[in-house]
Amino acid sequence: MIYLQLLLSFLQVGLFSIGGGYAALPLIQNQVVELHQWITMSEFTDLIAIAEMTPGPIAINAATFVGIRVGGVLGGLVGTLGFLFPSLVIVSVMGFVYFRYKGLTILQSILSSLRPAVVALIAGAGLSILLQVLFAGGPMTLEGLNWVGGLLFCLAFGVLRKFKCNPILVMLLCGSLSLLAGLIGLPA
Amino acid sequence: MDETLSRKGILGKIFVSMLYISAFTFGGGFVIVTFMRKKFVDELHWIDEEEMLDMIALAQSCPGAMAINTANLLGWRMAGFWGMLVSVLGTAIPPVTIITILSFFYDAFSANPWVALALKGMQAGVAAVFLDVVFSMGGNLVKGKSLLNWCILGAAFLATFVFGVNVIYIILGAALLGAVRPLWQKRREGAA
Repeated sequence: MIYLQLLLSFLQVGLFSIGGGYAALPLIQNQVVELHQWITMSEFTDLIAIAEMTPGPIAINAATFVGIRVGGVLGGLVGTLGFLFPSLVIVSVMGFVYFRYKGLTILQSILSSLRPAVVALIAGAGLSILLQVLFAGGPMTLEGLNWVGGLLFCLAFGVLRKFKCNPILVMLLCGSLSLLAGLIGLPA
Repeated sequence: MDETLSRKGILGKIFVSMLYISAFTFGGGFVIVTFMRKKFVDELHWIDEEEMLDMIALAQSCPGAMAINTANLLGWRMAGFWGMLVSVLGTAIPPVTIITILSFFYDAFSANPWVALALKGMQAGVAAVFLDVVFSMGGNLVKGKSLLNWCILGAAFLATFVFGVNVIYIILGAALLGAVRPLWQKRREGAA
């Protein structure tokens, strides 16, 4: 029952992704790459690149994309609805409580402890992706190192930190430079 | 609220506005929410400024995508349950449609060596974007100078990256710690 599994997986993602769009991604990686092995780490990274360059919340894009790859268009709908459902219920209830009683102290305290954990989780996911770029899932040796990928990463990271420019532009730049490197015959 | 509009008119207006904002806004939740504010606070005057800020704070504190959560709260406020439903649907339909179409292109194109090469370069960009987010979010934590926050960060990182602990347990652990933190601080203040 692939649809049921998809639904359960994305219900969990939807329920526990607190703290911004990127917070959902370690959860999705955990569910679909590690636990269920529905897609590879490389496909997962492609998916984030695509999700980043299209409008809409990144988690919704990811849920739809993974769902379609696992179970076609119906799978996409099941994954997306699974992701949406917990937040629909929780936000509606919290909205009701909040506009009645205007109190958020415990919620804010929970949030302030969650934030460092979320940063750590995003760092973990980012490092997995970086290892995927540098060694393509192979052993971490100097011979196996993808130099072009490493240079592109350093360039992209430097540009992002220094100029705070749009991630979409950075990704397009990386894609074009990678094509250029391939055209002049550098190994990728 | 605009008295001249019928209930159906209001629901329609909410749906179309959300559809439009969601389809043409690139970038994270904050960008989308800014456009929602512009539409419903500045343009239509259906929501006042302070309420909007409260809603954004609440949307951020709840699980799920911030844009969807804000749409949810705005919908309830403007037109009750059905308002919430059309508002969330309007926000979700454009990305779902676009990704559905793109995922078929992905199947057809990712086998092409040139497309694969470009995607491979973009993966390096994705890694950079993730670590950029870490540094931006982490920078605010450094300013806070809370030892407990650093411990949570270190423990969560070891748990996820070194020991491969299920992400859900890490989130639950941090949330639990946050729930008991005020009690602990109160006791310490009482003793001092």
